[in-house]
Amino acid sequence: MKSLGNVRRSFTPWADGSAKPYIAFENVTKRFGDFTAVDNLTMHVYEREFFSLLGPSGCGKTTLLRMLAGFEEPTSGDIFLDGQPLKGVPPHKRAVNMMFQSYALFPHLNVADNIAFGLRQEGMEKGAVAERVDQMLKLVKLEQFARRKPHQLSGGQRQRVALARSVAKRPKLLLLDEPLGALDKKLREETQFELMDLQEQLGLTFMIVTHDQEEAMTMSDRIAVMDAGTVVQTGTPGEIYEAPNTRYVADFIGNVNMFEGRITAVENGLAEMEASDGFGIRAVAQPGVDAGKHAWFAIRPEKVDVTRTKPEQDHNAVEGEVWDIAYLGGLTVFNVRLDSGAVIKATVLNSERAVEDPIGYEERVWLSFDPDCGILLER
Amino acid sequence: MNLFRRLTILVPYLWLLALFLLPFLIVFRISLSEPVLAMPPYAPQFDIGEGWAALRESLSQLSFANYVWLTEDALYRNAYFSSLRIALVSTFLTLLIGFPLAYGMARASEGLRPILLMLVILPFWTSFLIRVYAWIGILKPEGLLNQFLMSFGLIGEPLTILNTDTAVYIGIVYSYLPFMVLPIYATLEKMDYSLIEAAQDLGCTALGAFWKVTARLALPGVLAGCLLVFIPAVGEFVIPDLLGGSDTLMIGKTLWTEFFNNRDWPVASAVAIILLILLVVPIVLFQNAQARAQESGS
Repeated sequence: MKSLGNVRRSFTPWADGSAKPYIAFENVTKRFGDFTAVDNLTMHVYEREFFSLLGPSGCGKTTLLRMLAGFEEPTSGDIFLDGQPLKGVPPHKRAVNMMFQSYALFPHLNVADNIAFGLRQEGMEKGAVAERVDQMLKLVKLEQFARRKPHQLSGGQRQRVALARSVAKRPKLLLLDEPLGALDKKLREETQFELMDLQEQLGLTFMIVTHDQEEAMTMSDRIAVMDAGTVVQTGTPGEIYEAPNTRYVADFIGNVNMFEGRITAVENGLAEMEASDGFGIRAVAQPGVDAGKHAWFAIRPEKVDVTRTKPEQDHNAVEGEVWDIAYLGGLTVFNVRLDSGAVIKATVLNSERAVEDPIGYEERVWLSFDPDCGILLER
Repeated sequence: MNLFRRLTILVPYLWLLALFLLPFLIVFRISLSEPVLAMPPYAPQFDIGEGWAALRESLSQLSFANYVWLTEDALYRNAYFSSLRIALVSTFLTLLIGFPLAYGMARASEGLRPILLMLVILPFWTSFLIRVYAWIGILKPEGLLNQFLMSFGLIGEPLTILNTDTAVYIGIVYSYLPFMVLPIYATLEKMDYSLIEAAQDLGCTALGAFWKVTARLALPGVLAGCLLVFIPAVGEFVIPDLLGGSDTLMIGKTLWTEFFNNRDWPVASAVAIILLILLVVPIVLFQNAQARAQESGS
């Protein structure tokens, strides 16, 4: 298989069959009454990995995190941390710390005391506590705010305190529950990179819960996309984006155009599909794609070309009318309405400052793409 | 606009002036008088119509003799101490029962909470006096409690509870429990439960997290509840009168006796003024401490 997307660093323990997983969920099920939050889930996470659990609310991602922290016990199945079973170990005895979505800063303690809370709890001596607190304050750049109470801080500062407090005890594993959810967009983007730096610097394993696919893509070594208590796909951001295994994943991560149809032939690794939108699609056929099967062809908007003239190929090309244009600065999004009624998204990079005679509203245009730009999905 | 704002602020001040400060001054003035057999039963009387000299003459007759009398007679001192002791013990018992109650309510499901709150407030719909009377029926030797305990063979003969200090404690704890539960419930209800999880995550046992987080954050509610129980309990009259024995000494009862039985308004007033000072001083100190804590940001 060729490489998909850029690999952030050459760190791929999951590809190494002999590597021992640091966190192992083995057939874990968690039920709350009639509701199954986690359904017979098996998942391995490796040491020093930045691992994201991505999914809509209610998909069980937070429950997984809370089971690791010890706030919930699995109904059945086992969880191992560094080879040790976690069953029956109370939260305060787990070498795991959690950063809460609400931050859960103690309102009656100032910033320094919040950070020192866990250290004092484990009986660290006074001088060492002060030293570690200073270190943590420096790490999150809050030195001047040590004496402030949480309510005197901004949202971003509170987030940093929560982070400092959760890493102060030097846990081997840090759990982050929607850590950036309460921050505004710009601050969130800055903090994403800070989190990544911090993780590398401290050499921790991060397990983060998020419903923000962009956040997961930016930060993670691997992402597990979850739905209804199960993991649908686990992979690097590149794999998840370029080679989603289901329509659910393709749709959840980024924008995608979907063409439904029937496979008519498979030849030389290329499949021919008759799309219900009235044109032929030729795409790379993965194993399992056979003639006669019902399938969906998923393609990202940036991989669709927009031209005024009919492309030379007679497949992978369809005509439509420009329905909507959104100028986003760096790129322009065209919503093109096909004759079948379907609206297809195509993004064009604005690499030049001004384009002579740009494509306008209600113009007839051709959309085309290469066979290896999209992916055929069976479900 | 500014004038209007000032006027609005004036209203509560006028209210306090007319309904608190003025009555207080009247009581204070009576406490400096002498009892006489007349109507009203104290002297001197002020009569502005008789001119300045007479008013001056009246003023010079006022004295602190009643206060000196209070310090000389051990009865009053004992009554004050006994009241404080009973109030203190009852407040502690109320807290002991009220806190778990409030905690349970705050942790109950959201749908259940209004119902539980309703149940706490429900007794207020019946007259206070009738509820205290009802306790006589429960606590008397042939009352409900003794019948119940004897029918199960737990005790051989009836317990003497009515007309003892124990009955007074039961009465006060029962009557003032809502005043303890409600403020504690208010602080616990708005507490973020993830704080407890955070404390456990950082190495606290469940009990440790309770002390370091829950109890600490509930403190304002606990203090408010304690004051709401303690202050009225010190001056309580009805409960010791109905449930307490002849040897149950409380300042409210003493005051009643002075006022209605002895018709000694000046001494009764002095008793009331001393009681007020006893209660106001610690409250002011407490409020100052609270304000200081607020300033440093609690």
